[in-house]
This record gives sequence, C-alpha cells and structure tokens, in this order.
Amino acid sequence: MDFDFSPDQQQLKDQARRYLADHCSSSAVRAVLDGPQSHDAALWAGLGTQGFLGAAIPEAYGGSGAGYGELCVIAEELGRAVAPVPFSSSIGLFAELLLRAGTEAQKQRWLPGLADGSLIGTLALAEQPGRVTPASLTTTLTAGRITGTKRPVTDGDIADLAVVATRDTTGGAGAATLSLQVVDLRAAGVQRQALPGIDPTRSQAQIDFTGAEAEPLGAPGAGWALLHAVTDRAAVLMAFEQVGGADKALQTACDYAQERFAFGRPIASLQAIKHMLADMYVSATLARSNAYYGAWALQADAPELAEAAATARVSATQAYQHCARNNIQVHGGMGFTWAFDCHLHYRRANLLALQLGSLSEWEDRLVGHLVAKRAAA
Amino acid sequence: MNFDDTPQEAAFRAEARAWIDANAPKHLHAQLAAAGYGQSPLGSGDALAESKAWQKKKRDAGWACLHWPKEFGGRGATPIERVIWQQEEGVYSKLAGVFMIGQGMIAPTLMAFAEERHKQRYLPSMASGEEIWCQLFSEPVAGSDLAGLRTKAEKDGDHWVVNGQKIWTSGAHYSQYGMILTRTDPNVVKHDGLTMFFFDMKSPGVEVRPIKQVNGQSGFNEVFFTDLRIPDHQRLGDVGKGWKVSLTTLMNERMSIGAGMPTGFPELLDFCCDYDTGAGLAVNDPAVRSKLAQFAVRTSGLKYTAYRSISALSRGQIPGPENSIGKLVAGSMLQEIAAFAMDLQGPSGVLVDDAQTTAAARFQAMLLRSPATRIEGGTDEILRNIIAERVLGLPADMRADRGMPYNQIPTRVR
Repeated sequence: MDFDFSPDQQQLKDQARRYLADHCSSSAVRAVLDGPQSHDAALWAGLGTQGFLGAAIPEAYGGSGAGYGELCVIAEELGRAVAPVPFSSSIGLFAELLLRAGTEAQKQRWLPGLADGSLIGTLALAEQPGRVTPASLTTTLTAGRITGTKRPVTDGDIADLAVVATRDTTGGAGAATLSLQVVDLRAAGVQRQALPGIDPTRSQAQIDFTGAEAEPLGAPGAGWALLHAVTDRAAVLMAFEQVGGADKALQTACDYAQERFAFGRPIASLQAIKHMLADMYVSATLARSNAYYGAWALQADAPELAEAAATARVSATQAYQHCARNNIQVHGGMGFTWAFDCHLHYRRANLLALQLGSLSEWEDRLVGHLVAKRAAA
Repeated sequence: MNFDDTPQEAAFRAEARAWIDANAPKHLHAQLAAAGYGQSPLGSGDALAESKAWQKKKRDAGWACLHWPKEFGGRGATPIERVIWQQEEGVYSKLAGVFMIGQGMIAPTLMAFAEERHKQRYLPSMASGEEIWCQLFSEPVAGSDLAGLRTKAEKDGDHWVVNGQKIWTSGAHYSQYGMILTRTDPNVVKHDGLTMFFFDMKSPGVEVRPIKQVNGQSGFNEVFFTDLRIPDHQRLGDVGKGWKVSLTTLMNERMSIGAGMPTGFPELLDFCCDYDTGAGLAVNDPAVRSKLAQFAVRTSGLKYTAYRSISALSRGQIPGPENSIGKLVAGSMLQEIAAFAMDLQGPSGVLVDDAQTTAAARFQAMLLRSPATRIEGGTDEILRNIIAERVLGLPADMRADRGMPYNQIPTRVR
C-alpha cells in the first residue's frame, strides 16, 4: 500500500504553492474582492502557462497529461491561496465534460484553450432556488437553439463557453429528456448579468438564452447521467480546494493564537482555544484523508469513484466550513474586520459548500452509494 | 497512490490467509462476528481459555507478536505485514484483546529497559499467551495527571517495598505479572521522583478487587499494595527515570489503541437498512440519511488516516502524536451512534434483554460501554492537548505545580 502522493506529485504541489505565494498573495485576492473585475486574469493566464490548468488534459489536446493526482495537488494549493480564478468551472467541470462526452472535434477545438487559460468554460445548470432535480430544469432546446434562464452560473460573466443543461421539447419533465449543449456565450442570443454573491472573489451570473445557437455534447437524453458522472469527478477536485482552504484557515488561527496575548499569556495556551484548534485539526485531517481516497479513485478511475467522491465532498465541505468559522472565532473581533483575511476563507468555504450541490444532496448521494454497495455484498 | 500489495506483501498475505483458514477456531466465528462493542467476544463459553488456545496456536506456528524480534517469540515482521495480518485475522483478533496491553505496550518497555535474562524469561511466555501482563499506572488521585501518582516504593536492601493503590487496571484479575509506576522520591519535582518495576501478581501484599462498571461488567480492577517486595533487578530503567520509561509504554499504547478503533458505523448502517420505523425503512428517511453520511465520513476519514500512517510507517517514518486522532474521533462516535440507533427504536430502545431487544441490544451495550472509551488511555481532553501541543506546536498548559517538589503540591482547597 502506498496511500500518499508520489514524490513527483509532492514536488509539483510545492511548486504550485511557491507560484501562488508569489502571484496570488492576499493583496491579489483583495484586488478582486474590492475591485471591479471578477477574477484575476493575469493569474489565470499564468496558471495556464505554468501547465497547472492542463495537468490532467492529454498532450494531444494541449495539456501535459500528467494526471489527476497532479490536478488534485494543484487544486489544494488554489484552495489554500483562495485563488480568485474559475478553476472549478473551467477545469473541474467544463474540461471534464468535454473529456467524458466530447467528440474528437470538440476536444481538439476547445481543450487546448482551456489548458492554456485562453478560454474559460463553465456549467450552466441551476435555474431556480432549491435542489437541482430533473424537474427543476425547464430551459429548452428547439431545433438546435436554446431558450431559458440559468442562475446562478458560477463564472458565468467571464466564461467564453458553457455547457448548458437543456430539455427536449418532447417527452416529459424527467431525466430522460435532459441533454447537454455547448454554447458560445459571446454569441448572439446570450445575455449575461453579473449577480452579487457571498464571495466576490468568484463571480456569479444570470444567463438568459433567447434562441442561442448550441451544439450537442453527448447523446440526447444522456445529460443527467453525464452530469452525475462529471460532478463526481469535479467533487474530488473541489474537495482538495476545500482541504487546502481548511488547512490554511487552521494555520492562520494557530499563528494568531500564539501571537495574541490576553490575561498575560498567549491565548493559544488556554485550553478553550487549544481544544478548538485541535478539533479543527481533526476535521481537516479526516477531510484530507477522505480527499486522498477520492484522489485515488479519480486517478484509478475506480468503480468506487462515486462513493469516494461523495465521501470526500461531504467531509471537505464540513471541514472547511468548520475551520473557516472557528478561524474567525479564534481571532475574536479582529476576525470580523474587512482588513483581516479570515472572511476570505469564510466566504469561500460557504461558496464551495453550495457549488456542485449542497451538503444534504451529497449526503444523500453518499448514503445511496453505501446502501447499494451493502446490497451488492 | 494505491492500495495494492507488493508481490512480497501479496505472498505474505496468501501465506497468512492460508494458515488462518486451516487453523482458526471456526466454531467461534459466528459468536465473534456477532459480538458488538461492549459485549463480551464470546456470549457463552470460556473466552479466556479460547483466547489462550488461539494465541498458543499462533505462537507455535510463528504468527504471534508479528512485530517482535524472533528471539523473543515474534516474527520480525514489517509494519505492513503486521497490518496485513490484522486484516486477515479478522474477527478472530477479538480473541487477542486480553494480550494487547502486555504484547503491545509492556513488551516494548521490557525490550528497552529490562535485563537480558528477564527478556529471555518473560517475553516468550507473553508471546504465547501463557502468561498475561497488566499495567499499573492510574491511581484514584492520578489519572490525566499521571505523574502525580502516590504509590510509593522505598528501598530496603536489594529490594523495594511498595505501598499504595492502583486503579483501572485492565485484566489484573487474570494477569500473572504487572508493570508498575511508583514514587521513589517525594522531595523532587513530580516527574523526577518516579521509578518503574515489574512484579509477580501472586506476590504477598497484592490484592486485586474488580470494579463493577457502569455497564455491569468488571474488566477493570483496583489493586492494593501492602508491603509488596520487589527485587531491585526487576526495576525498569534508572531510579527516578520512571517517567521516561512510561513514555515508551504510552507511545505504544497510542499505537495499539488508535489503530483500527471501531466506530459503530457498519452496525448502524446495517441496522438502518433493515429496521422499519413504522414509516418505512430507517435508511430512507432524509434525516437518518444525513446522520448516516456524517458518521460515514468520520469513519472513512479514520480509516484513510490510518492508511496514511501505515504508508508512512512502511517508508520508515516513526508514528507520531497525530495518531491521537483515532480514539478521539471513535470514542464520541460510539456514544453518538448508540444514542442515535436507540432513538430510532423509540420507547423500546430502553430495553436491554438481548433476546427481546432490537438488534440484540447491541446499541444499548455500546451506549453503556462507550463513556469509558473517551476516558481510558488518555481522555478526550488529554488527546486534544496532545494534538494542540505536539502536532500543532501550541504552548503547553500553565501548571500550578510547575517546579514544585511533589510533596508540596496542593491536593485540596486550603
């Protein structure tokens, strides 16, 4: 058994961490938080040039073909840095959808741009409040053209392309009539409007499609199954972002607790604080170990991938939320100021918790997989 | 990143599996498999005799104490091979519980600190299970603050005379030997006045009294000492260095208790899949599913944290304080899972007759045993301190007795 990343993968992780320390400092994140732009375009281009974005995209399509373990360690570092970039949308979802379901021509056309960062893709799925179910989707596809409204679409205002979940106009409201389309968001028939969100370092948008031209991705009616398969993969990558963020929030809290004095001693010497930090470590460690399980399944394309992804996702969501909120608590009042970075993690933790589906949805998915496995045993 | 055996490991696994298949006490399999947390491993029958028989069989075939050197009755196996063995031994490992303290914790201390003749005399019979050892550390006044213990040992010629009381001694009632931490100098700082010994439990001046526990069982004991005489050659480590010696033991305690802690989750999943609450199967209730998922990821997180430790071990790294996480997480889970499963049973959840109770009173037994899990071998609070101080590098607690000679430390409100 070798349940760890390889020396090469560790080295890549260190490389990514150094790159982000130089190019994605807190002030770079804050430039997006406080400024008009909704992502750090220079950083995004740099991540492409470094080969980080294309780590799991085959060489034939402009990536390095290194693998998913490599992509996981990069995701962790992006999470640690609270990077204001559309990684999960463009690489975790859009590129994965293309790799899983795209035609050769579609892959040739778009993957190189996604790998070098010159193109941004996203997934336009949700339409209304509540859990996304087949019945909640009404955007229609008629004769190759899309009509309907998607909101929120993460990175929808900066993306060039989107995979859009649509319903065929014939055949009812179930999963069987859901299909996926690729749409050029810069083309006619697409109106985009940025929406304010809890984490201004990641953009949200409403996209109105009024007869936008689309080309199919995957077979008609295969949309729902494909979304499930790809969100499993994206969930593993996002778990690594969350684990990286949790680790950073914990580290920040430990550092502050050691330098902040009260009652004549560092607050880190008070058991109330120490034990809070120990519990954060426990959550973060369990989440990391579960994320490794996800990474193994993703790399190996194992039959356990769906279960591993849901496990990693549930665990990482909780750990990042836990560490981010207690990081503020350890900081006391200073943690509630705009000036301290605690809120960057608090925002990101709660943003990531809702992307790809909420915690309760992933809990439900996880138990479904466990029950199925038990029945098969 | 993989879970695959190397060819060498696969060969070891095949060999272990074949031997277990040919030699395990299969007539006990069903009983062992059914035994839940806090329930005795064998519902009926002489568990101690069965345990000793299986251990002896393992020893004779070279499958006992895998990680020990061969000269003392072990196999000289690698850490990975030890893990593979545990996986293959499966439910039969429940029979090894009575040997765990001796083989897992005391033996490494003997190997490090005992005279050579004692190692030769005592370790092989510990490996074979013919002699069982207990560890006498805790006292009524010294639990988490172990270094505050009172039991005193005074030098008398080439012997030491021990007086005092120990408590929470697992298995003292069936142990042949004990390892005891004593105070040999009350005039110095508490950690500096301790000395470790081992002794024969049948010696004059040793009285064992079982403790009736919350769950009605008596796995622990009080042990009283009245002028127990221990020869000086049975001292482990230097006089006054007992604390350092005890750390060897406690480090190994962390390893053996932390590895593979049960959490109660597989039992809960089984229960929820089969149990009809009256409104359908429990597992189909969204509130139940949410709870199940929470318990599932904690259980899985522990499993894969252990796998990461095992991987580090196989690379030659020494297990560190990060292993404290196992018992800290599992202890609370056992308690929460027991209460949750009983909640689903409604009013009948209060019943404990295993013939008439849902899931054979498994969760009731778990409920009544699990409070001890959060205390024994380091309380939740001590484990959090260990994580905070030794993993996260945070400052130690402030101690009111710091630098104070032992006999001047306050013990009550004045």
